[in-house]
Amino acid sequence: MTRLIVDIREKRLAGRPVLGGLAFSLDEGEVTAVVGPSGCGKSTLLRLVAGLDREVTGTVRWSGEGARPVPNLGVVFQQPRLLPWRTVRQNLALAGADPAEGERLLERLGLAAQADVWASQLSLGMARRLALARALAVDAQALLLDEPFASLDEGNQRLARAVLAEQLLRRPVPTLLITHDLAEAVALAHRVLVLSPGPARLLFDQAVPPGVRTDPALAAATVAALRDLAR
Amino acid sequence: MVSREAAGRGRAWLIRALSVLVLLLVWEAAGRLAASPLAPPASTVLAVMARETASGALPHHVGITLARVAVSFLLAMGAGTALGLAMGWWRTVDLWLDSALLLLLNLPALVLIVLLYVWFGLTEAAAITAVALNKLPTTAVTVREGVRALDAELLEMGRVFRYGRAATLRHIVLPQLLPYLFAATRSGLALIWKIVLVVELLGRSDGVGFQIQVYFQLFDVAHILAYALAFILIVQVIEWAALQPLERRAARWRVS
Repeated sequence: MTRLIVDIREKRLAGRPVLGGLAFSLDEGEVTAVVGPSGCGKSTLLRLVAGLDREVTGTVRWSGEGARPVPNLGVVFQQPRLLPWRTVRQNLALAGADPAEGERLLERLGLAAQADVWASQLSLGMARRLALARALAVDAQALLLDEPFASLDEGNQRLARAVLAEQLLRRPVPTLLITHDLAEAVALAHRVLVLSPGPARLLFDQAVPPGVRTDPALAAATVAALRDLAR
Repeated sequence: MVSREAAGRGRAWLIRALSVLVLLLVWEAAGRLAASPLAPPASTVLAVMARETASGALPHHVGITLARVAVSFLLAMGAGTALGLAMGWWRTVDLWLDSALLLLLNLPALVLIVLLYVWFGLTEAAAITAVALNKLPTTAVTVREGVRALDAELLEMGRVFRYGRAATLRHIVLPQLLPYLFAATRSGLALIWKIVLVVELLGRSDGVGFQIQVYFQLFDVAHILAYALAFILIVQVIEWAALQPLERRAARWRVS
């Protein structure tokens, strides 16, 4: 059982506070969306949770098997962060992707024809899909996704969301989805955390009832209600 | 599109070849006008080169010099790269070694050569060490710059996906350092063979530098130029046949 407990009292970068009071936990099989205006410190939160930055007043603690101090993570950064001098396939293999799973995800995300192309030659949309494939193809105990569908066209956005939802059904690992889009959060998450403008504090924490995801009208109403709350 | 590019490349080659031809013709004419053994025309120098090649003297001495260049180059690049990596990576190492590096960087090549010959005798080891130590600091400084320019986001990506030390070095760090290593290699080759000649002139009994000293005492300018020219040609061939293809290979992934 992999679990994440976050209780941040303050996080400063270069002396400036970027995160204020923010507490939540991430449990097995649960997708938690963190929604907030751009520049509110969401990416700083991801760096803390991923163990890339440990300087924080408060706690960020993973527990469970192999959480030493951070479990195997599948991460989608805000920028694709691919190795431009390696091919698409090599980018997956080097990150520790399971080969068969990697091939399947390339196929699913419409990148099969690009498997042996240098990553430098991908368009931004393709690069972002590859970054998603990389995060999903590694044997991760948790997923951290920072705006994973940004700069995808509408069709590919729908495709990428479907692939993520599918993957979460197959392997329900705790997932942190960072986004600025409430509709996206409601469509994918079990819980939505809404942050204030930076330095971000937790405004509220709302569970999304299971029925909402399958009912577009209900989803729209939920989004509208959350938007009101956030105001 | 492709054919126009090819045509452009063909034209560039033609101009290059013509420029060499013009240079040779000017040299020939000047030499003939001077009509002095101290300023021989191109034809005389080329004839000497042919004769020395046929006798085996030129290949022998050029071969020995080339071996010294190769060994000291590998030593300087290896040690300089390791040092540059360490200094770029760890600030403490940088602080400890920076002054020593600066000292070495500003120490005249000649002083270093003379000192090593005085301390360790006129030996092969002293000669090679002197050359390598002359090149080492510039390599270290170049590589250090490369390490400082590494993309921190990609290094984080490597950490998150647990690349491990070897894979990080090979797949994330090295590709970013290649342009710096090529720059160090290119400037190193040009520098090292000139220093090897000085080392040979001062304390060895073979090699191109030694031959130049012999012919200097005889005031035989044609032989001096023949040996120098032979070496310039070889360094150019290394550039064309090895360095440029390697560089092109390393840059394959770059979108044109």
